Amino acid sequence: MPSTYTNPLRDPQDRRLPRVAGPAALVMFGVTGDLARKKLLPGIYDLANRGLLPPSFALVGYGRRDWDRDAFSEYVREAMQQHARTPYRSEVFRQIDEGVRFVSGAFDDDEGFLTLAETLRDLDENHGTEGNHAFYLSIPPSGFDQVIEQLRKHQLVDKSKRTPWSRVVIEKPFGHDLASARELEERVSSVFNSDSVFRIDHYLGKETVQNMLAMRFANQLFEPMWSRNYVSHVQITMAEDIGIEGRAGYYDGIGAARDVIQNHLLQLMALVAMEEPTSFAADNLRREKEKVLAAARAPRNLKSHTARGQYTAGWQGGRHVRGYLEEDGIDPASQTETYAAFRVDIDNRRWAGVPFYLRAAKRMPRRVTEIALMMDAAPHLPFAHTDTAELGSNALVLRIQPNEGVTLRFGAKVPATQMEIRDVTMDFSYGASFAESSPEAYERLILDVLLGDPPLFPQHTEVELSWMILDPILDYWAAKDHQPEGYAAGTWGPPSGRTMLERDGFTWRRP
Amino acid sequence: MIKTLKDTTSAQIQNALIEVRQSLGMTSSTVFTLIAVAGADDYDETFDACVEAGREHPSRIILVGDGSSRSTRLDAELHLGESMPGELIALRFHGELSQHKGSTLLPLLLPDSPVIAWWAGAAPEAPAEDEIGKLAKRRITDAMGSADPLATLRARAASLRPGDIDMTWTRLTAWRALLAAALDQHTDTVTHACVEAAANNAGGLLLAGWLRSRLDAPVDFVVSEGPGVTAVTMATASGDVSVARTDGKMASFSLPDRPTRKVALRRREVSALLAEELRRLDNDPVFSAAMESLVTDFAHAGNGTKEQA
Repeated sequence: MPSTYTNPLRDPQDRRLPRVAGPAALVMFGVTGDLARKKLLPGIYDLANRGLLPPSFALVGYGRRDWDRDAFSEYVREAMQQHARTPYRSEVFRQIDEGVRFVSGAFDDDEGFLTLAETLRDLDENHGTEGNHAFYLSIPPSGFDQVIEQLRKHQLVDKSKRTPWSRVVIEKPFGHDLASARELEERVSSVFNSDSVFRIDHYLGKETVQNMLAMRFANQLFEPMWSRNYVSHVQITMAEDIGIEGRAGYYDGIGAARDVIQNHLLQLMALVAMEEPTSFAADNLRREKEKVLAAARAPRNLKSHTARGQYTAGWQGGRHVRGYLEEDGIDPASQTETYAAFRVDIDNRRWAGVPFYLRAAKRMPRRVTEIALMMDAAPHLPFAHTDTAELGSNALVLRIQPNEGVTLRFGAKVPATQMEIRDVTMDFSYGASFAESSPEAYERLILDVLLGDPPLFPQHTEVELSWMILDPILDYWAAKDHQPEGYAAGTWGPPSGRTMLERDGFTWRRP
Repeated sequence: MIKTLKDTTSAQIQNALIEVRQSLGMTSSTVFTLIAVAGADDYDETFDACVEAGREHPSRIILVGDGSSRSTRLDAELHLGESMPGELIALRFHGELSQHKGSTLLPLLLPDSPVIAWWAGAAPEAPAEDEIGKLAKRRITDAMGSADPLATLRARAASLRPGDIDMTWTRLTAWRALLAAALDQHTDTVTHACVEAAANNAGGLLLAGWLRSRLDAPVDFVVSEGPGVTAVTMATASGDVSVARTDGKMASFSLPDRPTRKVALRRREVSALLAEELRRLDNDPVFSAAMESLVTDFAHAGNGTKEQA
């Protein structure tokens, strides 16, 4: 393609025209997993239904099942019909189905990878995928090495070439500490270029990131108060109401801090705390996130400003549930935490002295992810003390899920009293003001991979910086070598989580 | 819930809205006002499309229809919380009042947010001069809702004002995306293009207009059996790029030296078109250019004739 070619039918002003991905084959490892069935395959359907998949799109499943093409095609159809966000239409599936293939094999099976290479060659020639291949590794970390090594060995990826392209999608966890994250990075980058590696955060869709950017940087209203001048502290919460739900093998030994704080919560923190990027190009955004992550650090006093807990049997939302140690497949002596909370300090001009409290936990009273900027009290209150007894601190809350939106909390006079001031809230919700169904995080990700759009997801530097914040805390917990504090399922966590804030004169808000 | 107000005024409607909201504990998070104008025969369809669009875009939707009574009065029906986040006010103007709709509508517009007018069927010749059109920042018409779509689209092209948009354009998005994708892949210069569409299909005409405005090549517009647009062919030195759809559902997509592919290319329902239209409230210069090329380049199209643009 001559580099000077401009498509006469495209115009930057034509904002209705979607970017349709170019020809490509998507190879999925772990296609029989829950994630593939409930999210990835339906996401592919939704893209096709919205007309965003190229006519020459192929989907290749790789797995141990003894399936032929038709059996796999039936599996794909079922997954799409059951879980797609947009209405199911048989002609859309027919379009996808033409490019569906299945290759049977194990991760260490040379034969399987030879067949895969053969299948891809055939698709390139007869289905028009033109040598562009994306590999989606929806598999446990233990399989990463094998698959990446096989891809290299069978020359399925040529790092030196830009066209046709090869890209890879990997999912968290990105290692279990700094050293292992670096190892993983070395292995992946020995086969793929760094801008061909797409790391997905299950919880943080591109839409959400863009919503946060728009809210912070498109408005004049919030910026002046977005600093230590007005913010007393920040609380970032990710609470799940579920337990480990059959993921014992994955979760035990990992725990809440590694599972979600390392990637998800620290990303949220970076997005809230970073400076304005020069532009929203992925590079510039990444640079700002890296800067603020580099300025962030674990608390000096690890004993006072970290907390961890483990849920015990209790009543959660009207059901009696087992404790963590009684869950199937969990070592009864496991010290894995299901509640992790700690303070992070950011040493820069904007945030010096403003603690960021992060907490992530399972078996909480309800599922909620939010970021709350808690404001200082007004410097002077021209009211009698009793007038403002019920007044808390003003707060700006970015709700991530469920019901994504913004809540503003401030004081208002209670009508018909002499002067009584109480907290009220003002809510904005994306769901109530805009499209009811915005694309799923996975839908966006798959499209980004096919388009080659640099992802807003973290690259390895951010991953490593996050581990640098977390490692001292994990080391401290490991060195203590005792059982995390218990908390009854269905409560907001152990006492140490509360005292951690009380020490600084704050309390957790009830999200 | 549904609240019916007979022989009412804008102020009473306002008060009723506040009351209903408070009793339902709802707060308003609507982002614009949509005035939908329905004729007698498309009233129900328009109502349904409004509810659907209201689901994607919570808004204040005012459905405007003429009543049959000869006495001058206004009837209103408020729909709130009925599986849609916004609010729908269905108004019936009776008697002389139907000549003064603006006076009723003006107080009902949401403060400080965009107003969009939509004519589902027949639309005024100059929407921007219309009493309701004047209230709106953006005016959506649909040439396919008129008796002679091609003539209507041409007339609209001749009197296009900023803020005017026709749903004929919205219908073409999927076609345009495919054609653009084809030229992403096949980079040879297009020397000649041809659009085939059903006789009365305004979309085919506008698609030809768009190609004409974008390509430095002659464009033909040929009448086919339909339904809708059936094929677009772009000739290049190395062969034809073509997208053909004969059943209104599935298209075949072919490029020179590449295997022909099947693509789902469905005709979309009005609510989906309206939802797309409401996503964009800014002017669309590409549409204006396509419309402009209709004014300057097309002669009148007859049935079964070949016309060069």
